[in-house]
Amino acid sequence: MTALPQTTEKKLGLVIDLDTCVGCQACVTACKGWNDAGIGLSDQDPYGADPSGTFLNRVHSYQVAVPEGPAQVVTFPRSCLHCDNAPCVTVCPTGASYKRAEDGIVLVNEDACIGCGLCAWACPYGAREMDAAQGVMKKCTLCVDRIYNETLPEEDREPACVRTCPTNARHFGDLADPESQVSKLVAQRGGYDLMPDMGTKPTNKYLPPRRKGPGEASPLAPLMDIKATGIAGWLDRMLGKI
Amino acid sequence: MHPAPSVVLFSTLSGLGFGFLAFLGWGALNATGWTAFFLWGLGYGLAVAGLVASTFHLGNPKNALKAFTQWRTSWLSREAWASVATLLILAPVALSDIFALGLAQLVGQIGGALALLTVLTTAMIYTQIRAVPRWHHWLTPVMFLTFALAGGAMLSARGWAPILLLTLGAVLFALWKVGDGAFARAGQTMGTATGLDRLGVPAVFDPAHTAGNYLKREMIFVVGRKHAAKLRKLALALASILPAILLLFPLGPWGIALAAFLHLAGALAARWLFFAEAEHVVGLYYGARG
Repeated sequence: MTALPQTTEKKLGLVIDLDTCVGCQACVTACKGWNDAGIGLSDQDPYGADPSGTFLNRVHSYQVAVPEGPAQVVTFPRSCLHCDNAPCVTVCPTGASYKRAEDGIVLVNEDACIGCGLCAWACPYGAREMDAAQGVMKKCTLCVDRIYNETLPEEDREPACVRTCPTNARHFGDLADPESQVSKLVAQRGGYDLMPDMGTKPTNKYLPPRRKGPGEASPLAPLMDIKATGIAGWLDRMLGKI
Repeated sequence: MHPAPSVVLFSTLSGLGFGFLAFLGWGALNATGWTAFFLWGLGYGLAVAGLVASTFHLGNPKNALKAFTQWRTSWLSREAWASVATLLILAPVALSDIFALGLAQLVGQIGGALALLTVLTTAMIYTQIRAVPRWHHWLTPVMFLTFALAGGAMLSARGWAPILLLTLGAVLFALWKVGDGAFARAGQTMGTATGLDRLGVPAVFDPAHTAGNYLKREMIFVVGRKHAAKLRKLALALASILPAILLLFPLGPWGIALAAFLHLAGALAARWLFFAEAEHVVGLYYGARG
C-alpha cells in the first residue's frame, strides 16, 4: 500500500559531510557498480558522443560567494533522502513505491512499477530516475541488499557509497536513535534538511561546510613594497614628478 | 516539465471527451438512432482515445491493471477508477438514447457527475505536486474542469456554450498570471535546495554530469519557452474567443464542428504550455533558476 507508515521503528539514512567531501565521485561509481550488479542500472551509448545512464547518486559542485573572503567550492552529493513524508510514495498508483515501517527505507517494487514517472515528478530532489532500458523507476535502496546481508563481512554491511568514501564524508546509521553516531554528528555540526519548506521531512542530513575565515594576507606581501635605490630610485622619483 | 505528446494528447482529448459525456449523461441529446449513436460514439471515442494515448507514456505498461489498487492515496489510481466507472455507467444510458429505451434519468445524472469527477482526478494528479509550484494551485483543477464544461457544452450545442468558452479564456488568463509568480512565491532557490544559503550565494561550478539524463530530459525542459507569449495569445484565441464568436451564428452542425476543431487546436496549445512552462524545483540543482 502506498500509504505512508505512521511511524517507523528506525530511520536509517545517511549523513553527508559537505566539509569533508572532496567530490572524487567514488560514491557515484561504487553505487553504480553495486546496484548495476543488483537491480541493473543501464547506460545508453556509454562510449559514444551522447552518453546517458541511470544513476542513484550524483555529485554536483557549487561555488559559493561568501560575504567576506574568497569564494568557496563545495561538492555536493545528491541522492534519495528517504523522507518521512515521502511524496513519491503516496502518488504511486500501483503500490510499487513504498516506505518500510521497520527501518524507513523508501523502495520501488519493480515487479509492480508501470513506469509512469509520477513519483519522479513528485520528488523535489531528483532522487528518482527512470531506467531507459527497463522502463521502471530506479532509486537509492540504501543498499538494502548489503546492510542486512549476513554473507558479507560485518564491515561491508553499509551502503556502497559509505563504504567506499575515501574521506569518510558519508555516514550511515539510525537517525531515530539520538545516541547513534549519526545523530550525534547532526547535533554537533548542525546537520540540516534540504528544502525543508517542501514538507517532505527528509531522513538524510547534510553537515554544512565550515566557514574558512577571511583570506590571510599573502606571505609575499612585504616584498611587494619595494623601495628602489640608485639609478632606479632616481628614475622612480623623476617619473613620479612628470 | 517535458510536454510529452502522449500526455498532452491524453489530457486534452479525454478532458473534452469526458466533458461531452457529462452533457450527454445529463440528457443534452434529443436525438435517437444514428445521430445519437454518432454523438455518443464521439464522446466515448475522445475519452477512450485519450486514455489509450496515456498508456504510451508508460515505461512498463504490462502492469497497468495494478494502477487500480492504490485509490486511497493516489490520484492517478483514482483517475483509473473514475474513468472506468464513468464509461461503464454511461454505457446503458447511451444504449437507451440510441434505441429510445427510456432509461431512468438518474443513471445519466450519476454518470455525468462521474465524468466530471474523472476530469477532476486528472487535474489533481498535477495539482498535488508541490515540487512544481506552477501546478500546485486551485486554479489548475478549475482550468481542467472549465475546459471539460466549455468543450462539452460546445459539442452538445448548448445555447450558453459561448459564455463558458469565454469563462475558459478568463480562467486561462488568470492561471498564466498567477502561475508566472508561482515559482518565486514557493521560495525555493539553489541556496535552499543545497542548504548552502547558510554559507553564501551558490552558483553552479561544474555540472554533475556533462551529458543529459532522465531528470534533465523530463523535468528541466526549456526548449520553446521563447514562443510562450505568442502561444498564449494563440491558445486564447483558438480555444476560447474564436469558437465563442462562431457559435453565436446559427451555422448548424458544421459550425459546431469548425468551432470544435479550433477549440481543440487551442486546447492542445494551452496544454502544451501547461507542461512546457512548468518548472520543477529539481532544476535548481542544475542552475535552471537562481
